[in-house]
This record gives sequence, structure tokens and C-alpha cells, in this order.
Amino acid sequence: MDFLQPTSLSEALAMKAERPDATPIQGGTDLMVDINFDRARPSATIDLNRVPELMDIEHVGSDVWVGAGVPYLRIMRELQSDAPGLCMAARTVGSPQIRARGTLGGNLGTASPAGDTLPLLVAIGATAEVASSERGRREIPVRNFIIRPRHSALESDELIVRVRVPKARGPQQFGKVGQRNAMVISIASFGLAFDLDQRAVGTGIGSAGPVILDAPEANAHVAEVFSTEGLWDSAAPLPDGVAKRFGELVGQAASPIDDVRGTARYRRHALSVLAARSLKWAWNEHRETTKGTRA
Amino acid sequence: MTDVTSTDATTTPWTTIPSPNQPFAPAHPAQPHRGVPGGVGTSARRPDGIPKVKGEFAYSSDLWAEGMLHGATVRSPHPYARIVSIDTSVAKSMDGVRAVLVADDVPGAKVYGMEHDDQPVLAWDVVRYHGESVAIVAAEDPETARRAADAVVVSYQELDPIVDPEFAISGDAPELHEGTGNITRHVKIRHGEQDVSAPVVVTGRYEMGMQDQAFLGPESGMVLPGVDGGVDIFVATQWMHVDRGQVAKCLGLPEDQVRITLAGVGGAFGAREDLSMQVHASMLALHTNRPVRMVYSREESFFGHVHRHPAWMEYEHGATEEGDLVYVKVRVLLDGGAYTSSSTAVAGNAGRFSIGPYECPNATIDSIVAYTNNPPCGAMRGFGAVQVALGHEAQMDKLAAKLGMDPVDLRIRNAMSQGSVMPTGQVVHNPAPVRELLEAVRDAPHRELPVVGERDVIDIRQLPGGAANSTHGEDVRRGVGYGVGFKNVGFAEGFDDYSTARVTLSRGAEGPIVSVHHAASEVGQGLVTICMQIARTELPVGPAIVLPADTQVGSAGSSSASRQTYMTGGAVKQSCELVRSELLDRAAGHVGVARAGLRLADDGTIRNAADGILLDDVTELLSTPIEIEREFRHRETFPMDPERGQGDADVQFAFAAHRAVVDVDAGLGIVRVLDMATAQDVGKAMNPQQLEGQIEGGTSHGVGLALMEEIQVVGGKVRNPSFTDYLIPTVLDMPTVQMTIMELGDPEAPYGVRGVGEPPSISSTPAIAAAVRDATGVAITRVPIRPDDIVFGA
Ligand SMILES: Cc1cc2nc3c(=O)[nH]c(=O)nc-3n(C[C@H](O)[C@H](O)[C@H](O)COP(=O)(O)OP(=O)(O)OC[C@H]3O[C@@H](n4cnc5c(N)ncnc54)[C@H](O)[C@@H]3O)c2cc1C
Repeated sequence: MDFLQPTSLSEALAMKAERPDATPIQGGTDLMVDINFDRARPSATIDLNRVPELMDIEHVGSDVWVGAGVPYLRIMRELQSDAPGLCMAARTVGSPQIRARGTLGGNLGTASPAGDTLPLLVAIGATAEVASSERGRREIPVRNFIIRPRHSALESDELIVRVRVPKARGPQQFGKVGQRNAMVISIASFGLAFDLDQRAVGTGIGSAGPVILDAPEANAHVAEVFSTEGLWDSAAPLPDGVAKRFGELVGQAASPIDDVRGTARYRRHALSVLAARSLKWAWNEHRETTKGTRA
Repeated sequence: MTDVTSTDATTTPWTTIPSPNQPFAPAHPAQPHRGVPGGVGTSARRPDGIPKVKGEFAYSSDLWAEGMLHGATVRSPHPYARIVSIDTSVAKSMDGVRAVLVADDVPGAKVYGMEHDDQPVLAWDVVRYHGESVAIVAAEDPETARRAADAVVVSYQELDPIVDPEFAISGDAPELHEGTGNITRHVKIRHGEQDVSAPVVVTGRYEMGMQDQAFLGPESGMVLPGVDGGVDIFVATQWMHVDRGQVAKCLGLPEDQVRITLAGVGGAFGAREDLSMQVHASMLALHTNRPVRMVYSREESFFGHVHRHPAWMEYEHGATEEGDLVYVKVRVLLDGGAYTSSSTAVAGNAGRFSIGPYECPNATIDSIVAYTNNPPCGAMRGFGAVQVALGHEAQMDKLAAKLGMDPVDLRIRNAMSQGSVMPTGQVVHNPAPVRELLEAVRDAPHRELPVVGERDVIDIRQLPGGAANSTHGEDVRRGVGYGVGFKNVGFAEGFDDYSTARVTLSRGAEGPIVSVHHAASEVGQGLVTICMQIARTELPVGPAIVLPADTQVGSAGSSSASRQTYMTGGAVKQSCELVRSELLDRAAGHVGVARAGLRLADDGTIRNAADGILLDDVTELLSTPIEIEREFRHRETFPMDPERGQGDADVQFAFAAHRAVVDVDAGLGIVRVLDMATAQDVGKAMNPQQLEGQIEGGTSHGVGLALMEEIQVVGGKVRNPSFTDYLIPTVLDMPTVQMTIMELGDPEAPYGVRGVGEPPSISSTPAIAAAVRDATGVAITRVPIRPDDIVFGA
């Protein structure tokens, strides 16, 4: 196995173009496990840990650009106010050791529907910026990044450079369900984001389909009820039944299967419960903060 | 020496150890420790402690020898298949490959086993479980060995696996082992009247999934070919003498040409009782005439050892209106998998302990273990008693509910005590403080717990799911549950159970030195420390060392059945006492006083009552060393008769109780265990710190079994052979554990000790199941409890 160590993004991209068979490694928390289990035997690896461009967090207008190599620990420390939902998701990943090494680029690169940051990234409409030395940069909505489990929209000469994270325009929530209190792959996960400017709701569903799903009907339902009831302006309490209906619609949007971690029936149920709870938490939080500003 | 070991008559025989983070006044002051520094009853430091914490301890997977080859195993991907052919030619021709061996290459017996020789060293003709070994490879490096193993072409003709034990024994299934009807053993116990009725009856069916020992040090070891044609084996094992017998047979060698030394063991819990790589690496070493190391990967480890028997249990309890048990009827069905391993003994235990530590005049017990094409099951911490504890404890709760009684009161009302009679007719001669244990956990203080319900300040880390952020208190319900259990210590049913210790007192460079040599496995439980403590206590004349365990000394029996402190500790004590006696003989002659009345004091001086100190230093008595090797045996046990299961089958019983407090997110079926209070009678706390470790570790095995630990087998195939999907509790899943430790000595046991390793893993699981029932009102008849079971009310 060849071990390549670029020190700049352009060098990394050139290497990837020359060696499309090479597998990038960032935190290694997915790749090393695959190697250990003999699921991967890369002919070459490109170590991205010396590429400074991947470590940046940049605020540009209404977006934060998070480098593909930024570990969860930094996200949790630096993005609390701009991306609260992403911080919640980062906090659910593995253990302190994993959060110190694991990255957004790796979570995307693995392209698993159980990647815990992905539902939230879908809910907020984040995009992945990818690049090749030949064709330059392009953006792929995270919603479309996974094509099927473990296969992404990335071309063989491309690397993920950074993720465009729209700054929060309303409350966000992320929750997951697992059979232990830490260090667990999601049985199901759910991300929610309110966009108070656009008067819209975004959702993302993890571990309940071959890709990360969203729940457009559920989003539309909330937006519609909020409009008819004037909630966007009044910040009044959630009308009865909205959360429950939202949960049902999220459950229906999922297309789960039975596997070692859980049953399809449970996954659908859990998503309904999580979605209903998340909607309440998010809206209550919004009401609290508006109260705060008015006072 | 009685002054060293006797407890102060004024102290109560139990101590309460508060859970961490939650200081409260112990109910009883800790017992003062007396006697020699580092002796029995002190928390003497373990010699392997610091190296293990620093990562410097050499485990069996760290072994290395000049010129060493690496072994790998070819395993069956099918649970049941005929082997049509095995083509090793490609593998053999690979660069760096030094040997590829199959069943035909086994030099001696082609099958082995703990109880029955029925497991092939390498399968031929047929494979009977997913992961069975078919061929072995040795190569210059591990990667090449693995690739060569992949290159061995085995062509199989798949057969319909028998995966349902009920079907296996129905008479309609083909036999996996001829003449057995797929019944490995059927234990029948008929106690008292068989046709009784009672005014209050409760019935229930319970099920336990397949738990894994999940030790962290995978199966591994190294074999050096000996100049005499024999082998020197360095391996992590539980019982090297039984390994030796099996290895010698399979290699066709006399036993004295198979020399085994214990390598660093990374946990055992029963999974190292059966052979793993011992014969394979020996065959490769003999074949290549080079050292061979084999280290299983984590995934392979799940196929490399036996698991806890899954169980299906049917119970019927009859009681009076007042709550006195009248009868219990039990049928336990255990899935033993493809080969016997220690299934017959597990079934014996499951039968004998199936009604729990209660008095009941009448019992009808059938404990059956079946052969199937599932992974072989055998020894695991708690060994048969764990399975039935789920059943008998659930039944006691059900009965209490039906009678409108408090569940602890009902248990106490029926609690076994000294003099009670087991269903086997055996009288329990030693203290059986079941009532006291239950009272202790019932009365243990409740630590301050998070408030249930929706609230203003939410710390999700304290809630079910933790940082996963799945509830802020919605649907969270608190529950409390109790469990009590017991099992035997030491081998049972007439087994000749003994351990051997050689103790040498000699003159070292800096004075007298005591060395202890035995073959007992230190598997992490702390036996080496205990043996040092005993030697210091009995021969307080100089430092005590424990030599590496190997087969140059007699058998110590297995590090299982909670028996080593009793058995090997007993052997060390006995040999030390004989050495001491010889030392006093020499002293009497040397000083010229009468032997009678001479004693060795705690400060290492020799005294008698009349003259005080006669000799300051025993060094001068040791111009020749004093060496004693003796076997130590516990009281004889007897078989159970095959028709009624009567007989004094056990030597000692060990008891523990737990109270579990849980929060359950009933909406999502997620459980968080908040606190476990446990009480255990240990006879004598030989090393309090190690004891606490055993209790916490056993409790965590119980937490895991209750909530998450299960090898999922579908159609005979293991679906989760990894720590990604075989979940064991993390530090955030482990509750605080508060302990009440009782020291009601067993007069027959050395220092009054009672085995401590297994009881905590018996009563913890049913206590959690009861607490979840209490919280949710859901029946919970199966562990591990899955979120589905709670949400959809199984
Ligand atoms: C014990 C443990 C617990 C875990 N728990 C969780 C959990 O709770 N939730 C969760 O979501 N995940 C979990 N994971 C998985 C893992 O930590 C995450 O997916 C993490 O985000 C991976 O990031 P990494 O930088 O370590 O990726 P790496 O392992 O370095 O890479 C992962 C994949 O992404 C590719 N890749 C990495 N960077 C780039 C790039 N810039 N461009 C193109 N491709 C790239 C790699 O080639 C590889 O295929 C856990 C892993 C372990 C070992």
C-alpha cells in the first residue's frame, strides 16, 4: 500500500487525479475499522491531515464553511450559535476519542445512511463542496450526496473540500435512538430545522432508508398549519395534534428495513416519536427566546 | 496463626460500600484489618495492576519468538454442510506459506471435548456450525496467512440446519450426533409430591438470548516445537491441565511432551475453558518445526469460543393464599449448539438452581439441553444459574402481584436459610443469608436521582439515551426491581475437584523467601494477589512470590465456578501450613525446645508462650529449602440420580441480591439503569478492592445481558460478530453500584471464604427486568430487552 502525504489541497487533488484508486484518510475512524475488518484493502491512501485548507472554519455571509477535516470536537466548540443542530449531532457521535478525530468529510465520505451529521445537514439544506484538479469545484446538496449505502456522488478524482452550512435561521434539533447510552450506531435518527425567515421547516431522516431521506409532506404540514394559525408571527404554543401529525408524516416518509440493529416497525415508530418531540422542543425553544427578547 | 485471621468479635459481619459520587454514611463501619501487611483481608496491590494500566502487560497476543510463523484458520461459512472437497493447492503455492493442514493431518485423535470428545480438531465430512474450523495455515506473516486461508477452496454441499432446539429434540429432526436424539442431557429432579395443587397459581414463559463473554483479549498463544518432539505451549487459558490432556491426545503425544505455560490472559468468563488454537498451532509448529503464533481477530473471536446457552423456560408456581410456595414446576430448554462443550454441567446447574434460593416442598424440574446447528454454547459466568434466575425471579414478582404482596416480603417469606433442603434433597449446611441480603438491598439508601418528568433544567446526560437527545423527560418512567440468586461454588455432581500448590521456603539473597507454584489461571480476577496474600499471612518470614503458572506442577482445576480462591487459595494455605510445621520442627531442634507450643508470629519470629521470642530470624533454619506440594480437595460431592435428581451434588452455595432502579423512556423503549444496590455474602473479604471489582464487573455483565448483549443467530448464522453490533455496556450505561458485603464464614472453606465471581451476574439481570416491568407495566419475558419489547409490549 502506498501512503501519500500531500501538504496542500492542490497537491492532494493532483494525487487523487493521478491515483483515482487511492483512498483518502482523515480521522481514520471509519477507514481504519474497514481495514481492520478486511472490508477495505486500499492500494494507496492519501493522508489529508497535512492539508491546511481542509481544517478551516470560515464565516461568509449567511453561511459557515466547515472544512472537511474539521473534527467534531471543534464543531461543538465553535459553532454552537451558528449551527446548534450540527453541534447536537456532533455530540452524539461515538465517544470523546472519536469526536476528537472524526470529521464531517469522513461522515460524508463513508456515505452511510447512519452517518449522524447527515440528517441535520439535509434538514438545513447544507451542501458539500467537492473539487477535482481538472474540473475545479462544484457543490452537491447533502440530500443528494449518498447515492446508495456506501456510495457517494463523488467522482474518483474528487475530494470533499468543505461543507456549506447555512447559519441557523431558527431553532434546530437532532436526536438519535440507539440501544445504549453512548457509542452506538443509530437505529434511527432525525434532524429538524426551522427557517423562520422563509417560514419553512426542514427535516432529515437517518438509518431508515438506503440514503438520508427528508419528509416534505411533514415539512409542508407544519408550515401550512403555522400559516393558517398565525404561529409564525405570534409564536403561540403548538396547536394540539400538530406534533403528532408531524411525527406520523415523518414516520411515513421513512423506508426502513429490519436489520441487526432494529426492526422496520420500530424504526418508523421511533421516528414518529422523535419527530414529534423534536418539533415541540424546537418550537418551545423558539418561544422561550422570543419571550426573552421581548422582555 | 489464628491471631492473624480471626475477625474481631465486636465488629458486625458486613460493610456497606457507598456508590461513587454519592457519599453517605456506611451503615456499618468498615472492618478493621489486622495481621501482616499485605496479608489476607487487605487490599494488597496486584502485581499486574500498574503494567495493565500503563499498557505494558504482555498478553498472549504479544508473544514473540525468533523465526516465528503466523497461523490462520479456515472456517465454515455455513451452519450445516457436507464437505465435498478441500483444495489447498493454491494456498500451498503462495509465497511465504509454510503449511496448510486439514483433518487428515491431525496426528492423533481427530475429536476433542471437555465432557465428550465430539468436536473435530478440523472438520471433515461435515461442518455443524457457522465458523467451524476446516483447515489451518502457517505463513511468514499474518497477512499472508490470512490470504492463504482465503485461498483454501472448500466446496460444500449445504444441508438444512437444525436451528430450533425444540424441533431438534422432537424426534422429527435428523440426529446431529448419532444415538442422542439431539438431547445432550435431560436432568430430571423430582422433589416431594408430584401431584399437588395450590390455591394460587402463576405460570410464565421466559426466554434468554445468547450472551457472549466478550473478553477483550482474543484467543491467542504461541507454540514452540520441542527438541524431544513435544511442544511448549504458551496460551491464555482457564485450565491448562485439561488443555494438556486434550492436546496430547490430538497430537498423539504422551502428556509429558505437552508443556503448557500460562500467557497473559485478557479476560475469560468461561470462554477459555474449551480449546481454541492450542491443537492447531501445535500441529503447525510440529509440521514446520518452527514457533507458531495464532491470534484471533475480534470477529474470529466470536466464532472461536462457546457462548452462554440461550434458554426457553416454562414455569408454574403454586402457593397458599398466605404466600407460601407449595410447588414449582419448571421446564428449561437450553440450546447447546453443535457440540457438547460443558453443556451437561450447565444443564445440571440450570436444573438444581431453577427455583431460586427458596424453600419449596415440592418441585418437578426438567432441564434439557439440545444439539443444534447453532454456535456451541458452554461455560459463562453464572453457568446455568443465570438463565433460570430470570425465570424464578419473574415468577416471584408475578406471584407477589397476584397475592397483593410486596415482592420482597414474598421472597423473604420463602427464603432459603441454613438447614433448608434443596430440590435435590441436599441440606444447606452453611449460612444461607437470603433474607438478610434481600433486606440489605431493600433498605439500601436511595441515591439522589434525577427528577422524572418534563422540567425546566434538562441535563440530557442523565436521561435514557443520554447525549443522543431522544427525550427531555417525556414518557420517562421510574421503576424499581429486585432479584436474588444463587449457585454452587466449585465443581459438582461427584467431580473429583482439587487444586495443587507447591510452596517453597528458601534462603534468598536478602533472607527467607516464599515461592508459590500452581497451575491456576490468573484471568484478571486477581488470584496471583490472593495467593501472595495467603503466603504472607501463613509464612510471614519474607517476601512471597508467585511463579508463572505451568504444567510442571499438578492441576489446579479451572478458573471457573467461582472456585479458585477457595481451591487454589486453599491449596496454597495448606502447603504453607505444612511448610510452617516443618519450619517449627527445625526451630525446635535448632533452639533445643519442645515442639509443642511453638508458633510463628506475625513479625516472623518464633516464639512460645513460656519464653517469648526464641528465634528472631528463621534464615538459619533454611540451609536446605522446605518444599511441600499437596493437593487440596473440598468435601466430596455426589451425582444426582438420573430419575429423581436426588443427591448431595454441591459443596458450597453463594448468594447475592440486587435492587435495580431504572428510568425507561416508554415512548422509545430505551432504558437507563440509574443505580444498583447489591448485597452479597462472601464469607471472607480476602481482598476488598478486588472483591468490589468482581461485584461491579459481574453487575455490568448483568446490565449487558438485561439490555443489550446478544449474539444474534438467524438460520444458524451469526449476524453481529463485532463490537459494532454486539453491544456491551459503556461507562455511560453502567449505574452506580452500592454494595453490602457480608462475611458469614463457611467453616469448611479456607478462611471461611465463599466464591464471589459469579453471584453478581446472576441476580442483576432479573432485578433490571423487574424494574423495567415496574416502570412500564409491560410483561418483559425476554432478555436482552429490546426497545421493541417495551414499545410494542411483546
Ligand atoms: C468507535 C466508533 C464510534 C463511532 N460512532 C459514530 C457515531 O456515533 N455516529 C457516526 O455518524 N459515526 C460514528 N463513527 C464513524 C466515524 O467516526 C464517522 O463517520 C466520522 O465522521 C468519520 O470521519 P473520519 O475523518 O474519521 O473519516 P475517515 O475514516 O478518515 O474516512 C471515512 C471515509 O471518508 C473518506 N474521506 C474522508 N475525508 C475525505 C475527503 N476530504 N474527501 C473525500 N473522501 C474523504 C475516506 O476515504 C473514507 O472512505 C464511529 C466510529 C468509531 C470507530
